[in-house]
Amino acid sequence: MNRSLNLFAGIIGSFALSCYALVLLPQQQLGGLQPQTVEDEGKITEIYPINNVAVEKGRAVYASEGCFYCHTQQVRDAQNGTDLERGWGVRRTVARDYIFEKTLFLGSNRVGPDLANVGSAKWRNEPVDENPKYKPAKRDAAWQLLHLYAPRTVIKSSNMPPYRYLFEKKKISGQRSADALALTGADAPEPGYEVVPKPAAKALVAYLLSLDKSHPLKEVKGSAPEVAAK
Amino acid sequence: MTAAALAPTPTAAPAPVAPSAAQVQTGERAAIDASASGPVLFFFGNAILWLLLATVLGLITSIQLHSPTFLAGWPITTYGRLVPAYHNALGYGWATLAGMGVAIWLLARLCRVQIKLPGVLITGAIFWQVGLTVGIVQILGGKSTGVEGLEIPGSAAVLMLFGYLLVGLWGALLFGYRRETPAYISVWYLVAALFWFPWTFGLAHLAVALPVQGVVQSMIAAWATQNFLHVFITAIGLATAYYLIPKVIDRPIHSYHLASTGFWAFILFSGLTGAVRLSGGPLPAWLITLSIAATILLLVQLATVSTNLLLTMRGQYHMVYHSPTVRFTVFGVISFTIASVIGLLSSLRSVDRLLHFTFFQSAQTHLLLYAFFSMVMFGAIYYILPRLVGCEWLSSSLISWHFLASAYGVGVLVGGLAIGGLASGAALANPESIFSQVIEDTSRYYVASTLAWVMIGVGHVIFAFHFLLMLFRIGQPGGEPTLFAPIGEEKH
Repeated sequence: MNRSLNLFAGIIGSFALSCYALVLLPQQQLGGLQPQTVEDEGKITEIYPINNVAVEKGRAVYASEGCFYCHTQQVRDAQNGTDLERGWGVRRTVARDYIFEKTLFLGSNRVGPDLANVGSAKWRNEPVDENPKYKPAKRDAAWQLLHLYAPRTVIKSSNMPPYRYLFEKKKISGQRSADALALTGADAPEPGYEVVPKPAAKALVAYLLSLDKSHPLKEVKGSAPEVAAK
Repeated sequence: MTAAALAPTPTAAPAPVAPSAAQVQTGERAAIDASASGPVLFFFGNAILWLLLATVLGLITSIQLHSPTFLAGWPITTYGRLVPAYHNALGYGWATLAGMGVAIWLLARLCRVQIKLPGVLITGAIFWQVGLTVGIVQILGGKSTGVEGLEIPGSAAVLMLFGYLLVGLWGALLFGYRRETPAYISVWYLVAALFWFPWTFGLAHLAVALPVQGVVQSMIAAWATQNFLHVFITAIGLATAYYLIPKVIDRPIHSYHLASTGFWAFILFSGLTGAVRLSGGPLPAWLITLSIAATILLLVQLATVSTNLLLTMRGQYHMVYHSPTVRFTVFGVISFTIASVIGLLSSLRSVDRLLHFTFFQSAQTHLLLYAFFSMVMFGAIYYILPRLVGCEWLSSSLISWHFLASAYGVGVLVGGLAIGGLASGAALANPESIFSQVIEDTSRYYVASTLAWVMIGVGHVIFAFHFLLMLFRIGQPGGEPTLFAPIGEEKH
């Protein structure tokens, strides 16, 4: 009987240790993180961008389509990879970057590029590979929609599946819709028709364009010299 | 179930006045097997149906890796929905049901207790599978929670947990009423598995439902996935190997002391390794360092368990040539050893930063879940089933084909994913490389994985067909196990 008591104690104790070290301690340390504030001449300003409620629908599309099985949303520092050199962010991401995200998509595999900052004007991803015909100054909503509909039109060697079911083909009645895709060649619908995004595609793009973690944070060296100097 | 009537009846010869101890033992075993046959056959049969579903999903997702437009036109067959469906069907469908079926049978045998009210176990398996089916349908319908590893929505997870608790409770009762003391090493592993899983699964889903804030959510999901694979699944696989190898070669375990050391190292360190899944990520450094240290300390377990099992086999390796059970199980144990060594090396920061976000991770998962665990489960099913249905497997050729298809299949699958992962990781370490071109170039390795899935699929169809024959009692007459070749007849 003594032996089975030892066994039980060992099994319960080891589980408790695992739970304490990997769940409770992280929760204690990170579970209550607050946005960073900066005191500027006596006035306290939150410098963390607050999530837009309108992008929550797009976040749900991102979750349901499983985008996070191929795209991460975490930028590693220079010692841990080439993320910064690739232009996926201006600094590494830290726990405080995710405090407002109800569901967060750190991801575990990169079949596609990291998207932590894809909405930022500074984001880039190997511009030499892009089809120059479609290359805009910034990856705006029109670019993102086109890329979702026909990835290889804009990134020649893209391995992303086309998400055509997020779009619909409509007969043009009178004026062309403002958000109709500018398609040419094999992708283009027959004359008199246009391809327009469904609400889910628009929400997804709104979400993608909201992704930007390039603001400086005190805990990340090099990202905020003026704050770090204090 | 009429298994009792059909079970091999060693007492058919008129018993002498006082039955010998051996006869009492065989009689008792037959009674235990008869009591277990209903639920265990139910678990195995359903597990194999999930395995077939997982095979189809695995094949489609593999094709999509090198041909991204394949079945991309419909929401339910998009890669991002099929991948979690595949993982859940394989992990919670096949692996858990097969593992629980084996665990129940092993506990009944090793604790020498007959199973009372087998309907409870079957009810548990039904609840588990209803929950799992609802969960997978929801994932395919776009209702995933969006948390990797915990995609099944809370309501379906509650059904699964309830079903699990019925089965787990019955397993615990078998241990509680055991007539064999002290408990054999397999029983230690099984009790640990039965206890760890529901707590991990329940707490993790609770944390997602609350939800906990920010990266803690990802940490808990990583912890839950790691505990499922590296504690629950691994423990059942090792328990089974510790039972089957000594049993079939008819020799006690090499060292009980090593077995005990290995168990305590396993249970202490495995549960601390979860954060390696988030290595390099936005988490405190101490957390990742702790998990890397625990992974390195698991070397104690690797060294003791692998040497112990392989030393038990010493001088008996020719049994791999004769016995299907030994062939599958030894393949599994060797795979476990390889998986542990690779797991240790790839947890080191210098290696991890190259391979972390590549298919190398997927190669490791398949090495553990298929090359180790599933192969041991196949070995166990080949061992257990004749004892439940009363006849032996019809054809050693079918078993041999299944082994070849699964062994070569998983070899190519893991090889393709690992080489593809290494190639893309190495190429991406150069900041001048073009990301999308690297991914496109390395996707050709996954053509090999697709071929591997076809091979594995052929093996599974053969296995399922053979299993079905056994359910209808179509096989060799009971008594002598179906061997690849009679013992004593060596091929040179």
